[in-house]
Amino acid sequence: MEGKPKMSVMTIVQAITNALDIKLGEDKSVVVYGEDTGREGGVFRVTEGLQKKYGSERVFDSPLAESAIVGAGLGMALSGLRPVVELQFDGFTYPAFNQIISNVSRMHNRSRGMYKVPMVIRFPYGGGINALEHHSESPEALYAHIPGLKVVIPSTPHDAKGLMIAAIESNDPVIFMEPKRIYRAIKQEVADDKFSIPIGKAKVLTEGNDVTVVAFGTMIRECQKAIVMAKEAGISVELIDLRTIYPIDKETIAESIKKTGRIVIVAEAPESFSVGAEIMAIANEEAFLYLEAPPKRVMGFDTIVPLAKGEHMYIITPERIFYEIERTVKF
Amino acid sequence: MIFNKFDPQEDKIFRIIDNEGKVLNSELMPELDDQTVVKAYKSMLFARVADEMAVSFQRQGRMYTYPPILGQEAIQIAAGMIIREDDWLVPAFREVGTMLAKGVLLKEIFLYYLGNEQGSNFTKANHVLPICIPIGSQLLHATGIGYSIKYQKKDEVVFPFIGDGGTSEGDFSEALNFAAVWKVPVIFTIQNNQYAISVPVKSQTKSVNLAVKAIAFGLPGIKVDGNDFFAMYAAYKEASDYARAGNGPVLIEALTYRKGAHTTSDDPSKYRTKEEEQEWAKTDPLIRLKKYMDKKGIWKENEEELTEAYKLEIDSQFTEAENFAPYQLEDIFDYMYEEKPDILEKQKKDYERFQQWKENRK
Repeated sequence: MEGKPKMSVMTIVQAITNALDIKLGEDKSVVVYGEDTGREGGVFRVTEGLQKKYGSERVFDSPLAESAIVGAGLGMALSGLRPVVELQFDGFTYPAFNQIISNVSRMHNRSRGMYKVPMVIRFPYGGGINALEHHSESPEALYAHIPGLKVVIPSTPHDAKGLMIAAIESNDPVIFMEPKRIYRAIKQEVADDKFSIPIGKAKVLTEGNDVTVVAFGTMIRECQKAIVMAKEAGISVELIDLRTIYPIDKETIAESIKKTGRIVIVAEAPESFSVGAEIMAIANEEAFLYLEAPPKRVMGFDTIVPLAKGEHMYIITPERIFYEIERTVKF
Repeated sequence: MIFNKFDPQEDKIFRIIDNEGKVLNSELMPELDDQTVVKAYKSMLFARVADEMAVSFQRQGRMYTYPPILGQEAIQIAAGMIIREDDWLVPAFREVGTMLAKGVLLKEIFLYYLGNEQGSNFTKANHVLPICIPIGSQLLHATGIGYSIKYQKKDEVVFPFIGDGGTSEGDFSEALNFAAVWKVPVIFTIQNNQYAISVPVKSQTKSVNLAVKAIAFGLPGIKVDGNDFFAMYAAYKEASDYARAGNGPVLIEALTYRKGAHTTSDDPSKYRTKEEEQEWAKTDPLIRLKKYMDKKGIWKENEEELTEAYKLEIDSQFTEAENFAPYQLEDIFDYMYEEKPDILEKQKKDYERFQQWKENRK
């Protein structure tokens, strides 16, 4: 048994709780707060049990004001703490947008490095849960577009833990988006001990020769299902999990396109001016002469995520991914 | 003037009947004939039955997440009796009672919670905004509507709603400030139901109450027993006369208790005690008004029969909502803009091509 790390089966929720637990345990400067984050443990229970363990000075409920949660968090980050703040839903992050874009992302540059911003802003994102308006959005492009921020989106419990630890240890502000639809849908063995996964590194999940598929977060699982369909159709897919949106791992994407000659990008957010658009730019800039088919995006419409009755048409299915993979390969 | 008698800085609360339905302040009792009081009770009862059935439809898996109003009916029906057809209702998302009073159809409310945006396209109600989920942001819209009313010299008043948690948002303060500076006819209601999901109001603010927040912005504020129908009615009557006469905005804190969950996704047993719930149960607005009517001998209806009749009516409205025209692909695209960009049409066509492929594959 010696040398074998102790593992536990975890969901994404449990893996993030575990990462927070480890960092709260080893670093007194870490504090965790947000709306309903303390006593209740958050509406998705990501911080459950942490207030009991670490006390209400370190894990607590804030009043209801997203701008204040982030703005005050910045103050803490500038003065010796490492705040991990929770915004309750993707669609509720916008009241904090001013603090994020005007201050959080700029303080390091504004002070020429005198001030660092070791702060994590975490929130659940994405659709497919039949929720009310503002609870189903994928705003990663909004945040990735702001110079000075790092944007991370895990797709598995293992990555969620390792990336959260890296995010808390980062001296730059990290937007940490959690795929709420698969919060509890995926269970995986995760090492109990502390480990971190570098921010800025994508991961090749499946190697293949015919087409590169790039996705992240919730869409990874859907792509994996599409790959099974593709395999039956004789198509070999290379699947890349982006894991970090910014700084984006151009090299992994470009190397894969050079091998396969084709790229399909899958994401839930509206297509125009999206992360998908950025990846197409990378394909063109870094691997243009290797392309055998136009890069293709399988993304959300340029619309509001519909309420439950219409959401099934908006949310990207494995079938739709396969359809575009096949069209790209047959182009 | 009631607003002057109950200074929020001294944490005074305006109340007319106690938990037993006994009149405490007969000189402040609004002039309402017996028939109107009975009608108010019936409206509160209808709202309660509809709300309870909504929760049960959700539990049966026939409806999606819903935020119950249980326990907050007196505020909403009192507001509904004062608000005129041309007045504006600017809801948060826990105002089903006032929405119904304003003419929103119950089947439209159901349709929304069945996951169809058409439920926010009110076909019979005048001047009602759709529910607004981003907390507190709607108050600024109300202030702007107030400015339009004043500018256009209309005889209208705006009734925005917010919860206790929402008062911590910057938009709350900004809306009150603008409304006071512009002196616009807006009656802000805080439904203080004691909880913002799990967070109690004492963790939300160190103000002695929420009504007092009006003072610094320069508008009248009053804390009212929100489970006392008569006090709510009297407060709204005075506020509406005041705002209509061009005196500017007012703030009403309606003290109540969210007897149900925040939404059907929430479990209050995680953060509050049964004892606390039982204590507040004594203040229930329907029970209080019923006791008052019984004392006065003006309630002659059979409540059970009435409830059964309401259930039939509510059930038929729900069935109508369930049988609403199926959601189409164009429903996603057609309402984004008045002038639809070509790019949306292309995205829709691409999706139709995919659907066609899917059909052919079968």
